Amino acid sequence: MAVSSDRAVEHGVHPLREKLRPQPGVLVLRIIPLQLSAGRSRVVLERALRSSKSFRWTIISGFFEPVFYLLAMGAGIGALIGTVDGPTGPVAYAAFIAPGLLATSAMNGAIFDSTVNVFFKLKYAKTYDAMLATSLGPMDVALGEVGWALGRGALYATAFELVMLAMGLIESWWALLVVPVAILIALGFAAVGMAVTTYLKTFQHLDWVMTAVMPMFLFSTTFYPIDVYPRGVQILVQCLPLYHGIELMRGLTLGAVGIGMLGHAAYFVVMAIGGVLFVSRRLEKLLLT
Amino acid sequence: MIHAAGLTKSFDTKGGETVHAVRGIDLDVPRGEAFGFLGPNGAGKSSTMRMIACVSPRTDGELSILGMDPNTQGIAIRDRLGVVPQQDNLDEELTVRENLYVYARYFGFSKTYCWAKADELLEFAQLTEKANAKVTALSGGMKRRLTIARSLVNDPELLLLDEPTTGLDPQARHVLWDRLFRLKQAGVTLVLTTHYMDEAEQLCDRLVVMDGGQIVAEGSPAQLIARYSTREVVELRFVPGTQHAAEPVASKLVDRLEVLPDRLLLYTQDGDDTLEQAHAAGIEPVASLVRRSTLEDVFLRLTGRSLVD
Repeated sequence: MAVSSDRAVEHGVHPLREKLRPQPGVLVLRIIPLQLSAGRSRVVLERALRSSKSFRWTIISGFFEPVFYLLAMGAGIGALIGTVDGPTGPVAYAAFIAPGLLATSAMNGAIFDSTVNVFFKLKYAKTYDAMLATSLGPMDVALGEVGWALGRGALYATAFELVMLAMGLIESWWALLVVPVAILIALGFAAVGMAVTTYLKTFQHLDWVMTAVMPMFLFSTTFYPIDVYPRGVQILVQCLPLYHGIELMRGLTLGAVGIGMLGHAAYFVVMAIGGVLFVSRRLEKLLLT
Repeated sequence: MIHAAGLTKSFDTKGGETVHAVRGIDLDVPRGEAFGFLGPNGAGKSSTMRMIACVSPRTDGELSILGMDPNTQGIAIRDRLGVVPQQDNLDEELTVRENLYVYARYFGFSKTYCWAKADELLEFAQLTEKANAKVTALSGGMKRRLTIARSLVNDPELLLLDEPTTGLDPQARHVLWDRLFRLKQAGVTLVLTTHYMDEAEQLCDRLVVMDGGQIVAEGSPAQLIARYSTREVVELRFVPGTQHAAEPVASKLVDRLEVLPDRLLLYTQDGDDTLEQAHAAGIEPVASLVRRSTLEDVFLRLTGRSLVD
């Protein structure tokens, strides 16, 4: 034990050791109870990045799904349809659905990681038990894992936007905001996805999550404008988070930006903050009992 | 290091019943001691360990670890603890070396320090050659050594080990004991649970026997043997069933006699002498054995021979 063999017999804390570690800032301490967070969620994110090397092909394959939809529906069915009415007037069908798929790819990355992967780590690998035996708090774990999930969502969205660019489907400079908005969308889905996951008991329950995500993908105005629905259904669809994500993306890539977008963004801010706080409490309840 | 008074842990089960896992225990573990919890499954050992590890709030009573209260300073306490859980929860998505590195990062050390610490602990755990292997490729003994090495990344002042050698072969157990001895020499306070009596005798300065959530005995291994058993034990082996015939005669020879399905156990200060007397009294066992009392005798006397779960 060469690095600091005197530590064990010494009272108190090694002076050098404290220098080696940045202490959580005063601000963090004031906002979050000390028991929930050590202000060190970045090390949880670091672990996720390191472990992702072992399933990099799964990560890469997740990018292709929305691309295939874009090719099949946009190029294929789009050839039959021609143009549809977008927020700025008639647009090519592919340009109409591409932002919908963009929002979906941000969602997919976030949801997959915050449900399937989190569930496995929570129930089987006991990764979070190991983390909470150290001086990390539940909120460090929640923020780190949500951070990783949103990173994956943002990665998919960025790659998808490049595909859109290559296919000439971006019509506005507002599209520069696509990546930050994708991060916001992914953050909201990751936080809520992880919160839901803390209630799941078996792998069958994970199927229910996918069963909920699939119709949301199909019916949240991804493939056609909302006015095809009767009023009642419109309201229902407008309650879904993906609808607001698609509105944001469609506005940015087609150049229809208005004050209403702040409302769509607020939906995700609430999901994100509520989700993270909720997950922290749930982890505390599940693992620190 | 650890002070507990009237420490209690109860859980509410789904059926609405309350399970009393720990029913008011008193403990004081000074710095540098190797302290053991013995007890059958369900005795409350692990629940107690989880409370000490600050991952389980107490239901009632006092608890102070390193002079701090786990209810309000859990993170600060865990910062100075090492924990070896009952079941290895190593990170299977990472390599052996990365497991140590990442775990050290959880404590907030710098990257350079964490890599150096990882290499040092690989050597300590005799796993240097496996540094870049996946955890899934390790044997049970190697995993256990890695888990123990992992618990040392923050140079803990107090090391908590929940059944550290369960499921290991004798070689692996001895290697682990050797490592734990070294830590003890370095001044680390060890607290362990076990149901291996030889392990408790090897490692513990002092131990408590728990049963049904309570402490039923406390002392050094030698003290416990002196108090709850005799110096030696004579085992007389019979064809199952026939031991009952010898029981009345044998019971006159010693203060305490235990009848097992195929054996009589005679607790005595002088085994050879008692055996001679047994032969003289006309007892004819199939085989006989004189041995020293062990903690196992104490344990079985205190917690009974029937299965608990």
